[in-house]
Amino acid sequence: MRGIDFIKPVFRSLLGIVLAIVVFGIFLATTNRNPLIIYANLFSYTFGSSAGLSEVAVLMIPFVLTGLAATIPAWVGLINVGGQGQLYLGAWAATGVALYLKIDSIWLMLPAMAIAGSLGGALWAAIPTFLRQWRDVNEVISTLLLNFVAGLFVNIFVFGPWKSSGSYGYPYTPNFSAAAILSSIGSTRLHLGFFLPLLAVTACYLVFGRTTWGYNMRAVGGNVNASVRRGIPVTRYIVVAMLIGGAIAGLAGMIQVAGIHRHLRPDIDVQYGTMGFLASWLARHDPILLLGTAFLLSSIMVGGDLLQISASFPSAGIYILIGLVFFCVLGFRRLRVGAK
Amino acid sequence: MNSLGLIILTGSLTGAVGPGIPVLYATYGELLVERAGRINLGTEGSMLMGACFGFIATVKTGNVAIGILTGSLAGGLLSLIYAYLVIIRHTNQLATGFTLALFGAGITAYAGKTFVGSRIEGINLVAIPLLADIPLLGKAFFQQDILTYFSYIMGPFLWAFLRYTRPGLSLRAVGEQAEIAFASGRNPAAWQFGAIIAGGMLAGFGGVELSLGLTHCWIEGMTLGRGFIAVALVIFSMWSPLRAMVGAFLFGGAIGFQLQLQSIGVPISPFVLDMFPYVITLFVLTFWTGIALRAMPEGLKEVLKMSA
Repeated sequence: MRGIDFIKPVFRSLLGIVLAIVVFGIFLATTNRNPLIIYANLFSYTFGSSAGLSEVAVLMIPFVLTGLAATIPAWVGLINVGGQGQLYLGAWAATGVALYLKIDSIWLMLPAMAIAGSLGGALWAAIPTFLRQWRDVNEVISTLLLNFVAGLFVNIFVFGPWKSSGSYGYPYTPNFSAAAILSSIGSTRLHLGFFLPLLAVTACYLVFGRTTWGYNMRAVGGNVNASVRRGIPVTRYIVVAMLIGGAIAGLAGMIQVAGIHRHLRPDIDVQYGTMGFLASWLARHDPILLLGTAFLLSSIMVGGDLLQISASFPSAGIYILIGLVFFCVLGFRRLRVGAK
Repeated sequence: MNSLGLIILTGSLTGAVGPGIPVLYATYGELLVERAGRINLGTEGSMLMGACFGFIATVKTGNVAIGILTGSLAGGLLSLIYAYLVIIRHTNQLATGFTLALFGAGITAYAGKTFVGSRIEGINLVAIPLLADIPLLGKAFFQQDILTYFSYIMGPFLWAFLRYTRPGLSLRAVGEQAEIAFASGRNPAAWQFGAIIAGGMLAGFGGVELSLGLTHCWIEGMTLGRGFIAVALVIFSMWSPLRAMVGAFLFGGAIGFQLQLQSIGVPISPFVLDMFPYVITLFVLTFWTGIALRAMPEGLKEVLKMSA
């Protein structure tokens, strides 16, 4: 499966990344900033300090999970851009459990939240799946629109019935009880939820590469009509892939509220869904490569935070670099002969 | 009809036109792109570029016309990246478009930073004599700015262009069967380049209307997903510029209706009301796309994998 064919595209992608960094450096230079100093600072902070490295790992958690939420449906030929909405619903459902179920045992509470979060994400993903299979509504459009609805849905609760009286007017829910928190590792923000994306990636890799299910999924994604003739239950595969994708994004939502914020708030998703989707594309829907692309994107985002603090660069400005990386990497890929 | 109902209706109608226009321009643009067989999710980015650079140019020069042009060019420039990557480098259209939306958000967040809080006069409203006096509809449709009137003409114009002119036919041919269009002496890549840049410029107009026409200010990310709504409305319109007008005004009407309910103090969470435009768009797509799919340009079906 991996060999020379695998190394070459990776090398070309790395070349694309370097080009993007050079172009962004030129851009920084035109704004009277010294790109060499900025890059050196970013590099030493992001990769040379435990604070920086742990922040990269913290961001990788949602990136990898929303990446899988796009990857698994992609195997059967579906395009799920609704990671954000599914993450929101997962966070909402997990918060509901944390706030209303009085469980004191961390061993019961966290699994209950994880199940609720996954269910929330899966149910949200069920809407576009249903609309696609039975009403022919394209899932790209429906998942996109549902992202906006999901954000507003969470707002109804955090600005309304779930709003804490002790949050000084901020739209936050009350803080979770100790049983509902994924505890931090050391003094960093990195938390025990870190193991879940690794588990999920391993599981996906094994299922995709080593089982009949994985083989059938590729068949459905490759040619639906041929799969139907071979007797593969296409609809079942499509529905299940989409629901699992949604469930994983929902799990990301649960992890964000239980591990990072420890309450629900409107801004739990900062383009995580989009980043996951793009990480999945960069990795060509390969779960192992996804770890690499998610690492790349989260390093850039952490660098962006530093850029905002040290070089007064607006936080959204770092999307310029993200965009450049994608344009260069996608643009550098070898063209398949006869590809459209 | 009781007076409260009348107030809500007139308010919604008046409110429908304003918020509808930016989306309408973006929809026109995306419609051209899709008729040429491509789908550009970067419309959102082009709108932001238009809103931001149109605003900056207006603040710098004090001239609204220069602002409108700059915004449109900025939108077109961004879509040029998409055109190059998708047509020449054969990248995935959806991922490229998405990245473009993000890239546009990044550039405008950076470029517009020092202009947040600046105020401008904006585009003047011009009432059209006689038409503006029509009860109910007159004030809503005919006491607007020049970009709005331009958008009324543009729909029928694009419709006629696509239906009755040779360039329109070429564009559609490229979108339906690129190989056959090529065999009949047309250059599909050139037509798609043209359509994508025109689409970006139209989305730029939409952004300009948002910052210069409606709000008179620049706010980071102020398009709030309207570029994505435009992509949905193109499907709703079944790739017809005239139905695109209906769709955009429906979307605007949902916003107008929602603002009316809020202003008279209906006890619903404002967030529920904010969902209206998205949910209504989704509903319409649900009960419409079965028919709409038959009108979909063949070239798009492969991208959207709707042959299943």
